[in-house]
Amino acid sequence: MCGIVGFLRTRPSATADHPLLQRMIDAVAHRGPDGQGLYLGEGAGLGHARLSIIGLAAGRQPMANADGTLHVTFNGEIFNYVELREDLIRRGRRFRTDSDTEVILHLYEEMGTDCVKAMNGDFAFAIWDERRRRLMLARDRMGVRPLFYAQRDGALFFASEAKALLQVPGISAELDPVALDQIFTLWFPLSPRTPFKNVRELPPAHVLVADSGGMRVKPYWRLSYPDADDAGAWDRRAAEDIEAELRALLFDATRIRLRADVPVGAYLSGGLDSSVVAAAARRFVAERLRTFSVTFEDAEFDESDHQQTMVRALGTEHTALPCAKADIAAHFPDVVAHAEGPILRAAPAPLFLLARRTRAAGFKVVLTGEGADEIFAGYDIFKEAKLRRFCAREPGSRLRPLLLRRLYPYLPGLQGQSQKYLEAFFATGADELGDPLFSHLPRLRNTAAAKLFYSAEMRAELAGYDCLAELRESLPADFVRWHPLNQAQYLETAYLLPGYILSSQGDRMAMAHAVEGRFPFLDHRLVEFAARIPPALKIRGLREKHVLRAAMKDVLPPSIGARTKQPYRAPDAQSFLGREAPAYVSECLSNAALRHTGCFDPKAVEKLVAKCRAGRAMGFRDNAAFVGILSTQLWHRAFAPAGALSPLTPYAVA
Amino acid sequence: MQSEIARQIREFIADNFLFREDRADLSDTESLLEAGLIDSTGILELVAFLESHFRIRMADAEIVPENLDSVQAITAYVTRKMGETAAAA
Repeated sequence: MCGIVGFLRTRPSATADHPLLQRMIDAVAHRGPDGQGLYLGEGAGLGHARLSIIGLAAGRQPMANADGTLHVTFNGEIFNYVELREDLIRRGRRFRTDSDTEVILHLYEEMGTDCVKAMNGDFAFAIWDERRRRLMLARDRMGVRPLFYAQRDGALFFASEAKALLQVPGISAELDPVALDQIFTLWFPLSPRTPFKNVRELPPAHVLVADSGGMRVKPYWRLSYPDADDAGAWDRRAAEDIEAELRALLFDATRIRLRADVPVGAYLSGGLDSSVVAAAARRFVAERLRTFSVTFEDAEFDESDHQQTMVRALGTEHTALPCAKADIAAHFPDVVAHAEGPILRAAPAPLFLLARRTRAAGFKVVLTGEGADEIFAGYDIFKEAKLRRFCAREPGSRLRPLLLRRLYPYLPGLQGQSQKYLEAFFATGADELGDPLFSHLPRLRNTAAAKLFYSAEMRAELAGYDCLAELRESLPADFVRWHPLNQAQYLETAYLLPGYILSSQGDRMAMAHAVEGRFPFLDHRLVEFAARIPPALKIRGLREKHVLRAAMKDVLPPSIGARTKQPYRAPDAQSFLGREAPAYVSECLSNAALRHTGCFDPKAVEKLVAKCRAGRAMGFRDNAAFVGILSTQLWHRAFAPAGALSPLTPYAVA
Repeated sequence: MQSEIARQIREFIADNFLFREDRADLSDTESLLEAGLIDSTGILELVAFLESHFRIRMADAEIVPENLDSVQAITAYVTRKMGETAAAA
């Protein structure tokens, strides 16, 4: 794991390349504190900040091939590099190191840009092919590792984080209003858009090739599900056979994710998924497994009891990090600077602190349970959608809506509702049944309610823009033929997962402290296998992740195996109020500061702050708005202190 | 008196759900749910406000959109409840 940067010029530049490349490396140095390297060729440069995990002595980067015509800078891991290397050696290839980096060079020599198809891993890399004068950028299938790029004066610049691109003369931070509107609807900008107007991301599972013929971005893999009525496409085997294969795949995905020349720890949330991963890891690790978790004072968020159950069951050496509201507030400006965009939740902050604690304990690598809720259907939104569809099919039924009360048992605000209001919140017009976004409409509506705080300028900028229409247009052609559960899973797995979970809550928080997260559930073999499992095995009745529980029942304590999903959440707006609130909160939310950035209506924000300060109940909309507004202000402070709202960029789909 | 009740309710909604001053006035019959102004916590806030401010007790069965989904509906409900409370006293 590391930070990578670089560029390709098509014409000579007055900028001195060496100092520029060095500044870009320095901007992502937190990702790789173990060493730096750079390569400068004719019109191209690659830089690297190294976190050494595999091939400690020989893995220096940028690395060249034997004749010095190929150069690679690489962030991440190719987990199947051992098998790939053996295969390449069998075909007569000679290796100088035992690193996974060298495997990339050999694979590229054999397969060209198709080399990514052979890789099982979490990666972002750049290869400079001097002979062809061609730059290739690539990103892993699920979007674990980040990669951003920007064009300026006929040159292409790329980096693991946008902050490195801001070192390039002429590239400055301007907030893209459309990106902000997408965040205030979806929680993240729609790839390849980023909060920075001049910066694009390379979408997950894509390669970018740039040479004298121009620049091309194309997918090499995509998530797909069987057509709902194509009986032959589903995994029709007996449930026990599917469970056995699931277990075997998950164990293997965990096994290859333990490959490292440094010790590997694990995050333990107390939920099913991280417990499964920790239990799987225990089978392959001879030493006592080292685990880490966050705890909260507030019982609404805390999962200590379940964490301790797993610690006892697995006999791990455990560190629990108590996270207070004041800790969230104290570190939130750093969190936004690392996330590089407005966020609607404070939930990344505890993970930022957990990574710091993990690193202090001497660990550079942790396994987590991320991805299980997406690929095995664990989120409440899947059950909610199933119930809403069930109710909408029989609009007169008095009994069906009673089931709504079974949703969200951990949300006091919903549990206190009368039946009539519950029905009103989840009500679905018959016309909405055909909407491809059906499963997510209540959440999208609730989030978008926070737009209430937009300034008049912001609303004028966005007049006529419809974020949901853009999302619908971006869906793949076969989406309409999928089972409703798979449609909802796709919206989570292809959008929210890379757009928010793996980035703002994942890579950016862990790599702020040079800690690499590894996610067995996101092994693409497991993802492809899970896509073909019949929906009825994933959610049985209203029991989520049924097939995963069944497959893992022998390796988990019964109390964990039977646990209902409790989503990871942290205190939001309440973290930033109260008497000990840091000064930046009032500064950022002041009338003058809000006018300066221009995104929000200062008077309306003042009322929101007054309401929060008064300690009155705050719902989803108010929390999302508060954290979203504060983080937008902090984003400006971190990246564009002089900048106000920039003019609208065209949002037509390219 | 009913117009005074309506004014106080409108003010509470403006400060707690509506926030913005430049928004076209919320009409007294507009649905709070449809306008996206109220969510599940909002209902609980509204109930807490009505109970403390107007000194009424709301039964669970009364917490329904028919009573609470517009300024007009809330005003009518509160007026009726205050009448009952006064009669009982």
